[in-house]
Amino acid sequence: MDDHNTTPWSRRLFLQQGATLASLVATTPLFIEQTARGMMLPLGSLVTSQAGVPEDRVFVVVQLGGGNDGLNSVVPYGSSEYYNLRPGLALQAPGRGEDAALELDGVQGIGLHPSLRGLKELMDEGSAGIVQGVGYPNPNRSHFSSMDIWHSADTNGKSDGWLGRYFDNTCDGTPNPEAGIAIGRQAPLAMQGRTQMPVSFERSELFRWMGTDLDQNLESPYETIAKTPHAGMVAEEESQAAFLKRTTLDARISSDRVRKAVGVSPLVTYPNSNLANQLRMVAAMIRAELQTRVYYVTLSGFDTHANQATQHARLLEQVGDSLLAFQRDIQAQGNQGRVLTMVFSEFGRRVAQNGSSGTDHGTAAPTYFIGDMVHPGVHGTHPSMSKLDQGDLVHTIDFRTLYASVLEDWMGADSSGILKGNWKTVPLIKT
Amino acid sequence: MGTTSMKKVKDRDFNYWKAQHLLNRAGFGGTPGNILALRNMGPEDAVDYLIDYRDVETEAVLPDNFDSNIMKPRSGNERQRFNQARQQGNETALEEFRKQRQERQRIDRRQMANIQTWWLERMIETPRPFQEKMTLFWHGHFAAAYRPIEDSYHLFLQNQLFRSNAVGNFKDDLVHGIIRDPAMIKYLNNNQNNKNSPNENLARELMELFTLGEGRGYGEQDIKQGARTLTGYTYRDDEFQYLSNNHDDGLKSIFGKSGRWDGHDFVEMIFTRPSASQFICEKLYRYFVNDSPNGFTREQQSVIRKMAAKLKSSKWELKPVLRQLFLSEHFYDEDNVGAVIKSPVQLVIQAIRSLRTPTRNLPKLNEACALMGQSIFHPPSVKGWEGGRKWINTSTLFIRQNILLYLLTGRDEGSRAWDRGGSTEYDATHLVQHLEDIEGSSTVQDGIVYLLRFAHPVAAPDGKRIDEWVEYVNNRGGRFDNTTLINILALITAAPEYQLS
Repeated sequence: MDDHNTTPWSRRLFLQQGATLASLVATTPLFIEQTARGMMLPLGSLVTSQAGVPEDRVFVVVQLGGGNDGLNSVVPYGSSEYYNLRPGLALQAPGRGEDAALELDGVQGIGLHPSLRGLKELMDEGSAGIVQGVGYPNPNRSHFSSMDIWHSADTNGKSDGWLGRYFDNTCDGTPNPEAGIAIGRQAPLAMQGRTQMPVSFERSELFRWMGTDLDQNLESPYETIAKTPHAGMVAEEESQAAFLKRTTLDARISSDRVRKAVGVSPLVTYPNSNLANQLRMVAAMIRAELQTRVYYVTLSGFDTHANQATQHARLLEQVGDSLLAFQRDIQAQGNQGRVLTMVFSEFGRRVAQNGSSGTDHGTAAPTYFIGDMVHPGVHGTHPSMSKLDQGDLVHTIDFRTLYASVLEDWMGADSSGILKGNWKTVPLIKT
Repeated sequence: MGTTSMKKVKDRDFNYWKAQHLLNRAGFGGTPGNILALRNMGPEDAVDYLIDYRDVETEAVLPDNFDSNIMKPRSGNERQRFNQARQQGNETALEEFRKQRQERQRIDRRQMANIQTWWLERMIETPRPFQEKMTLFWHGHFAAAYRPIEDSYHLFLQNQLFRSNAVGNFKDDLVHGIIRDPAMIKYLNNNQNNKNSPNENLARELMELFTLGEGRGYGEQDIKQGARTLTGYTYRDDEFQYLSNNHDDGLKSIFGKSGRWDGHDFVEMIFTRPSASQFICEKLYRYFVNDSPNGFTREQQSVIRKMAAKLKSSKWELKPVLRQLFLSEHFYDEDNVGAVIKSPVQLVIQAIRSLRTPTRNLPKLNEACALMGQSIFHPPSVKGWEGGRKWINTSTLFIRQNILLYLLTGRDEGSRAWDRGGSTEYDATHLVQHLEDIEGSSTVQDGIVYLLRFAHPVAAPDGKRIDEWVEYVNNRGGRFDNTTLINILALITAAPEYQLS
């Protein structure tokens, strides 16, 4: 791993930065502490581990939990089977009334759900790409198992997370406490590595010790609990107590930094929704130049077994509008060249509708990429609508191909170790 | 340099703090009253009381504590109707089957959550803390996770296997038991291991993770051949089943010998390897004595070798090894006090058992353990939890601090304004009632020092911290009323040292 020593989260650099911060926090008033934060090396100035790939790139994952219906998100209106198998749910071809699919420029037979107006706007301006028919062999139709497979990039689903392994492979032992940030109660498996664990919080105001809510006067004695003569310098064989004190200090610094970043008003107006709120926090943290390379947000509720139409439309509207606001915010910040967003779900849904005007668990589905560096348009081959496997679509591209492309062409990492195999990349990112 | 002596700790050295150390490690800590009782027994009786718990009455665990039928396989009749529907492409009937299955899975997940909280409650309430502490050890050692198993009752049975044999025979009860355990067979795919298409998963983990340690005295060939001995080892309903038709009864060559071996023989052969006694003692050492985050020192290795020798000479009986360990001078050496980072479960259970906070809400505690990285019955992999420093990161630290606030006050993130008066049903005053017995004094300063020492396993509390906290108490009237005490405990439990045991 010696050749990775110059990455921003190498032990040496991290320790230098961490030590400066830690020792200052322990002894100096707040205003100097804030200056210390300002002194941290700007991300862009750091050397990269792979030629041609800047180190300041950020990857944002949006997880749609429950199994988003791919066929009613990216609509194959050119297929007669689509209308035969979904008499009550199929969306009309563009131009056929208000609820018809939205047309995509230069694309025949494939349109977007009418509620995905935000995504269409991004497609039209060339800052979004859709990959069709994404899946894996022997698809698992259990939410949990299939989600584990996507998170671990391992069809046994018994491994650690693919992004966690990315961090493990690029840091040399000392994890950067903020390399990955997940919004939500529990850290997603995808972000969990052997040494690296992400920061996770549901609401930034809860990412702190809450004891001062009991009595404000506890603030000052709490301040001193992590103070120690050894804080800052990390000995090779530091004691358990010194390790805990250092991490307590890291947590305090992270907490301050995250809450300060998130407290700043965004540059654009976001819709009032769960996903928009999460993405607003992510954009704020990107703007504050946290040393975070991966952010993870989640929206659930896509398990539309019954009366799908209304529920699905509402969810997709939330997705499209939130993604649009997020991208506009990133553009207003001038960060559009360094942020890539991926939207995925653990599986798509069965081609035929069920007896309750809904759809059951299925297999392959589209994955979405947003960012100025994305090759725009609709990519790959739509799965056959006539040659189904037990009523389900057969995937045309393996999701690990997309992971490999993100790792190699966006993060500048060697994907074979992280994905435990050689996956060919596809031209997803402009290089 | 600490002592590596396995000689018995002297009676006169077994003071209040050593008794507390024993109770923290061989259990989940205790109140000042518990500690005093243990100290008064003297070391040998105290250790025997904890680890030889047969005479301590406890609530029995019964097979019908939970429903064994939720995930029962389809009956022959049902299977026939299902196959028929599939052949006929009867979507309506198939959908009905799928719905039924999803409903059963939903109910089973609920039962799994109930089993989690049932076990947490048992750890909180048990008069045999060591039995539950060992059960937790075995759960992390023979780790199996609910998701791929999808049968909560099988995990309940496995949990009971660990509990009944918590300090039994490592080889005969636990390892021979685990290769016949339905949950483990399913988890490691041994139900798919048959003579025509062997599955190596169980054979591999049996050596790598359960007995010998990775690459320690076996090779890929031994895994392949070992897998053949385990063919036909499967389960039916809730019981182990040996399918002789699926078993490969040909000659196998393992560790340079050959024979027509089955799984029983395979285990017996594994236990002839040198690291069979060494590897498990390393794990016991990490669990009970010292995390050794930088690897074992030479001194620690020598202690582990003594443990391993004892395990072998006692024919794999665990109790003699643990008895020797908990009575040894080495165990009480100051290098080993505060040398273990509490697991999330230990953190929560020990807080309740030692501070005697109310249990509050078990599902909430269960969720907190999951957020801190230890969801029982959901270990991250067959490797179990790595433990030690892996428990600690910036996110889990705040959760660790805040779950203690919740136990102390009953207030959680959901409740808006925390009651400044600290109104709570928790009575913390019992913690300082014993003060006079121990220190013979009751000034604020002594109280702070005692509480710090009680909750932090470090020899000398920090002077500046004491001054500041004494000042805090003095500003509130200079006495330990319940609210002040709870606020002080909020600080004590937020301190880095509180994560140590």
